[in-house]
Amino acid sequence: MSELTRADVAHLAGLARIELSDDELDKMVGELGIILESVATVQNAPIGDVAPMSHPMPLVNVTRPDEVRPSLAAEAALSGAPEQDQQRFSVPRILDED
Amino acid sequence: MSQATAEATLPFEEALAAYDPVLGLEVHVELGTNTKMFCGCATAFGAEPNSQVCPVCLGLPGALPVVNEKGVESAIRIGLALNCEIASWCRFARKNYFYPDMPKNFQTSQYDEPIAFNGHLDVELADGSTYRVEIERAHMEEDTGKSLHVGGSTGRIHGATHSLVDYNRAGIPLIEIVTKPMTGAGERAPEIAKAYVATLRDLLKALAVSDVKMEQGSMRCDVNLSLMPKDSTTFGIRSETKNVNSLRSVERAVRYEIGRHAAILSSGGKVTQETRHWHEDTGITTAGREKSDAEDYRYFPEPDLVPVAPSTEMVEALRATLPEPPAARRKRLQSAWGYSDLEMRDVVNAGLVDLIDETVTAGATPAGARKWWSGEIARRANDAGSDVPTYAASLAVTPAHVVELESLVTGGRLNDAMARQVWDGVLAGEGTPTAVADARGLELVQDTGALQAAVDKVIAANPDVAQKVRDGKVQAAGALIGQVMKEMKGQADAAAARQLILDTLVG
Ligand SMILES: [Zn+2]
Repeated sequence: MSELTRADVAHLAGLARIELSDDELDKMVGELGIILESVATVQNAPIGDVAPMSHPMPLVNVTRPDEVRPSLAAEAALSGAPEQDQQRFSVPRILDED
Repeated sequence: MSQATAEATLPFEEALAAYDPVLGLEVHVELGTNTKMFCGCATAFGAEPNSQVCPVCLGLPGALPVVNEKGVESAIRIGLALNCEIASWCRFARKNYFYPDMPKNFQTSQYDEPIAFNGHLDVELADGSTYRVEIERAHMEEDTGKSLHVGGSTGRIHGATHSLVDYNRAGIPLIEIVTKPMTGAGERAPEIAKAYVATLRDLLKALAVSDVKMEQGSMRCDVNLSLMPKDSTTFGIRSETKNVNSLRSVERAVRYEIGRHAAILSSGGKVTQETRHWHEDTGITTAGREKSDAEDYRYFPEPDLVPVAPSTEMVEALRATLPEPPAARRKRLQSAWGYSDLEMRDVVNAGLVDLIDETVTAGATPAGARKWWSGEIARRANDAGSDVPTYAASLAVTPAHVVELESLVTGGRLNDAMARQVWDGVLAGEGTPTAVADARGLELVQDTGALQAAVDKVIAANPDVAQKVRDGKVQAAGALIGQVMKEMKGQADAAAARQLILDTLVG
């Protein structure tokens, strides 16, 4: 795994809309680097002939009938929103069209 | 409205003389299920903002999605109708991104294991030839929320300070249908693109899996286009024009992009691989956001949804529910209706097949149904920039009206000229054919005495013609019929007048 750079962390923070000060960035580069390194040890596991697994349970085709169930009231749905306007979630401007 | 100025384009013929277009189409179809793909929220269009949302489609912690059975069935039926292979085992995947139109920060989609793949759709073109569009894949995913951009002057992205998001649409089942690159289309590329989307729309409508309303966004089209020099077989760099949402726009967007790419290439430039926005008003595309690593979607299998593994029995049971393919249906109807190839093609191109089918089923003759639906109303629909079915629906003019009009003619109340006047009245919203005929006082004179008097008068005024008829030249009676109709001020049945003339002269 290539080394995590300060620019990588700044970029990720930007995407995740997490504001980091210069000090925090420096700290994160170090801390995230250690975390990634630790996690990377799983790559040493002997998995040569083990098939990748995405689902631990051997289940398939779990479906539900196409029947309407009650939704949340709009107020409840919006109750966790930091900002709202016109019964909609208000978010910082985005780049793309919907 | 469009801030960017149009880029240089090469005339279409010039572009095609030097380059071969390579076309790819991605169509998103919203399924007409009652509920969303992974939760029981309703999917009704036009509901109050954020009134059809729940912990699952809002991506709240701990919520567990469960697949909509009907969504999977619809996906398989679409795949089968597109002659695809159906995966015996496939998974959903998370498409991770950082836009707020999905509150989960990912869209549940399928990545390298689509439910359906390797199909084709045969598309009939205006000249009667067929072009086979190869289908790469059809996969299941969910729609995103709808954003309203506020704070700017235009309501568009530029200048907006923030976005207001409604998640009612987030989670509605979508099927994305992707073609393989189409080559060899040449100058027919714009027509093929339009015909493919139209054929696909008809097919999906016949499957009853979606209302396929392009104007409401339940069917949306992205156009991928590149050019390669005539002597080359290496694809050029493509542009991806998003949200081209009418049949006419699909054709125009392909044409525009061919001209734009050709202008860049012929001046020695390099096409930028990018997303383009289509502008319906000006008929041009403009550059959208650049591909950045914000679009590194980091797909991985969705751990919260178990794999979909349709059994052979299930697939075959769904295959048995497929409707007659539209092309086969058209062949059957053409023979049942006795239309010529040209008549049928006109009817198909005008989108009249369903309307005529309903009208004939309701009791009209095939010839009558075609005559009334492709005449005056087609002219008016065209003037209104619409098509006949949409236009007729907006006027509340129905197959029953045509049946009634025709029965007024066959019943002897109206002749053809009168029927045309009545139809005008029906189209003007004056009511049913009978009501219009009543209100306008249109009725053939049934009084044989009056008709006989007119016949006698015309015979007396045209002794030479009358003699020809007496001598056996029956076709000479035509001149007399015209005069009798004039005498009767058009209020007579021409067939009755003809019979009476012959009876009087020949006996
Ligand atoms: Zn929901």
